[in-house]
Amino acid sequence: MEFDALLLSRIQFGFVIAFHILFPAFTIGLAAFLAVCEGMWLRTGREVYKGLYLHWVKIFALAFAMGVVSGVVMSYQFGTNWSVFADRTGSVLGPLLGYEVLTAFFLEATFLGVMLFGWNKAGRKLHFAATCAVAIGTSISAFWILSANSWMQTPQGFAVDPVTGNFYATDWLKVIFNPSFPSRYVHMMLAAYATTAAVVLAAGAWQILRGQNSEPTQWQIRMAALTLAAVMPFQIAAGHWSGEVAHEHQPAKIAVVEAWCDTKAVQGTAIVAWPADNECGLASVEIPGTSPLLFPKANGDLQGLDAFDASETPPIWIPFWSFRIMVAAGLAMLALGVWGLFLWWRRRIDQPGLFHWLAVPGGSLGFIAVLTGWMVAEVGRQPYTVYGHLRTEDSVAPVETAAVATSLLVFMVVYAIVFTAGSVYMARIATRGFTDDPTDTPRGERRAPGSPLGAVDDPAEELPPETAVADRRKN
Amino acid sequence: MDYALIWSLLIATAVMMYVLLDGMDLGVGMLTFFATDDQERNMMTATIEPVWDGNETWLVLGGGGLFAAFPLAYSILMPAFYLPLLFMLAALIFRGVAFEFRHKAVRKPTRLFWNGAFCGGSFVAALSQGIVLGAFIQGVTTEGRAFAGGMFDWLSPFSLLVGASVVVGYVLLGSCWLVLKTEGELYAKSRRWGLTALAGVSVAFALVSMATLSVDLRITERWGFSMTGLDWGTLLPLAPVPLIGLLLTAWLARDLWMVAGEEGSAPNWRPYLLAAGIFLSGYVGLAISLFPWLVPFEYTIWEAAARDNALALMLVGAATMLPIILIYTAYVYRLFWGKVKPGDGYHGP
Ligand code: HDD
Ligand code: HEM
Ligand code: HEM
Repeated sequence: MEFDALLLSRIQFGFVIAFHILFPAFTIGLAAFLAVCEGMWLRTGREVYKGLYLHWVKIFALAFAMGVVSGVVMSYQFGTNWSVFADRTGSVLGPLLGYEVLTAFFLEATFLGVMLFGWNKAGRKLHFAATCAVAIGTSISAFWILSANSWMQTPQGFAVDPVTGNFYATDWLKVIFNPSFPSRYVHMMLAAYATTAAVVLAAGAWQILRGQNSEPTQWQIRMAALTLAAVMPFQIAAGHWSGEVAHEHQPAKIAVVEAWCDTKAVQGTAIVAWPADNECGLASVEIPGTSPLLFPKANGDLQGLDAFDASETPPIWIPFWSFRIMVAAGLAMLALGVWGLFLWWRRRIDQPGLFHWLAVPGGSLGFIAVLTGWMVAEVGRQPYTVYGHLRTEDSVAPVETAAVATSLLVFMVVYAIVFTAGSVYMARIATRGFTDDPTDTPRGERRAPGSPLGAVDDPAEELPPETAVADRRKN
Repeated sequence: MDYALIWSLLIATAVMMYVLLDGMDLGVGMLTFFATDDQERNMMTATIEPVWDGNETWLVLGGGGLFAAFPLAYSILMPAFYLPLLFMLAALIFRGVAFEFRHKAVRKPTRLFWNGAFCGGSFVAALSQGIVLGAFIQGVTTEGRAFAGGMFDWLSPFSLLVGASVVVGYVLLGSCWLVLKTEGELYAKSRRWGLTALAGVSVAFALVSMATLSVDLRITERWGFSMTGLDWGTLLPLAPVPLIGLLLTAWLARDLWMVAGEEGSAPNWRPYLLAAGIFLSGYVGLAISLFPWLVPFEYTIWEAAARDNALALMLVGAATMLPIILIYTAYVYRLFWGKVKPGDGYHGP
């Protein structure tokens, strides 16, 4: 393996997008959660919801900022590292990304300001509208970018210019609603909700283990468990749907994911596999005869790896293991949700127990599943960027290896710093719970309840600039 | 319909919006270097905290729009400016997260770090943007439909000069914004910062204009200059552009110098508008120099454009969405209108 500009660009793209997706996966769900909390507060007037909102909006602000800055990096990657790809696909993918900016990014980014800083300036209804605008913006954003990505997976509705070799659209609806888009959109949105629910659950469980059994804590753990238990069955069904679509359009991907070596009428499911020296390079423990159950719509023989030319198949290890990790994470999340509901029913959800100990690390399951899921989808698409039409090695920009090595190094260092700091700050807020949140300011409703404005504003409490005390309260 | 022309105007507008709006954010960011204490620094950031994210989105529209409307130009220019763009992105990352992280950092070293990241990030982002602009004016080497130069081609005295000019220009925008948004001590300081920056801008813009004229013969001729003499017929119709720039500079100097804010004098919003006008005159001048090159001296806007059906589809989106975006952006600015008060910046404990 040679560390040329191509390989480094692939590593870099995988790295920066993997970093980026961690935040959308969380902010899409959290924005929806916040909208629900604020809406419930406006409807019922119960302080719990306001408490939840004001608590989680702080974490949201941090996650969103990291999502935005890493997203801006993404929008330049296509040009800096995949310029040939950009030139060839610009007339098809360009409008999709353009619409994403026009319909989603401006909406999110502009109303984020109102959401975070407008509590006192905008009326309650308007503030709620801003929260909803941000939440809706994130799902519109996901719509367009996933449409673009799905077109690369299952391209249709286009033709190729004979002179330049560039793609251009012949039918926009076919481009946007390409075969793998519906399942991918549903699977990703549910993934975002599940990821957020798992995080909220983990924070609640932690607070209960620490004995901070306040009312918002109880509510957030209930809401999270309910969401998980409700979302996960659909998510597993959506994953299954994705698999069927992939099998229809990218059989090599499924052959790799399932480690099917030979083409057969009925295939089994490998639970685990390891290197061996049969043709396929794998030895496995498998449950035989599962394919009629898993792929009921497939007709004819199920293609194994022997049906494809070696230059047409993706690498096997990453998709194979990523898929198993994703499924395991999904099942674990389902279990957590159901268990949580059970404890709620038995009125034991507010008492520390094994469930809470497991739910805390369980907060990472969503992220793990999202990352491994994208590995399945993207590495499984190899060796193409536009499946069947444009190979990855033909997509890369004519930049020097040294330049790509530099940028990769810079991104790794920058992201390491930003990620570490961001996670520490978020964890600090999430684990601290609600007990330290000042509930109201001396001046009441006019200010953001629970904001430090009162303290800073109030001459009696004027704080010397360099003391950390003010900030400790602020955190 | 000439979609390529329309889209080049739209993208030019997006970039201009970015320069005027996030340029001011970056300017404020750089000025935090001169803040006396954290409280003052917080006041400064509070003036832009609610709007910076929306402002930065114009950059995404500029970059994304270039990809969408002129994929060829995007695919040549991005690799050509690989390193300065990398620095810009890294700087924007630090700047962007520092908005939040500054308030979360408890211990003094981390506080200092994120304050530095905010200010330094703003500076590096501004400088890199200027360098990219300079390198863009100079043109890039291509072969076939791809960039064919080296990884340091962008580095030249000219691009560094443009880089420095953009830095002082942004500082000017930032100062004028602070004049609008602050009061008391900070307000007085902002006027002084503005004056200093304005002096810098006058020198820088004069130098850049001269240097640009000598970058390429085609630019020189566009303005009516040539080896043999001066073609007044070409120059005269174009002359108002730099002249208006000069006039606005003088006006802004007057506003900042003595009267702004005092009884019966100039309104506080005027310096920012005047500064924006100065930028605009420079921008139009640049457009005159370069039109219709999109990859200067290699590809024109028509050669680099995407397919008509892609441009048409996006035009529908831009024509409906841009007015809406402008309306809600204006609305949000109005919501946060007025001088910031101590403590306005925080959004929660
Ligand atoms: C499924 C969702 C999803 C996926 C696959 C991606 N993004 Fe993203 N992106 C979002 C969901 C999102 C979001 C939810 O809209 C963001 C995340 C931050 C934020 O938290 O908003 C966002 C922010 C964001 C921004 C900043 C927007 C702003 O200024 O507000 C840009 C420029 C991009 N993204 C670009 C990309 C590109 C070029 C991608 C692929 C190569 C990509 N994103 C993948
Ligand atoms: C958001 C989650 C995503 C993740 C985690 C992800 C992950 C990856 C990974 C790991 C690779 C490298 C594959 C390899 O080289 O073997 C890759 C490549 C790539 N992906 Fe994605 N991807 C995501 C979304 C997208 C989207 C939304 C797009 C486009 C709209 C996209 C476009 C590409 C391109 C152009 C490449 C580079 C060519 C290549 O190496 O295949 N990806 N991605
Ligand atoms: C438990 C059963 C699950 C199954 C059977 C399943 C199946 C699949 C399949 C087959 C793909 C590849 C789709 C393609 O390449 O076109 C995929 C991708 C993906 N999965 Fe899953 N999945 C499951 C659970 C989860 C969970 C729990 C999450 C996250 C919380 C998740 C997140 C993702 C993501 C983000 C992708 C990449 C986007 C996409 O291609 O849809 N999956 N999944």
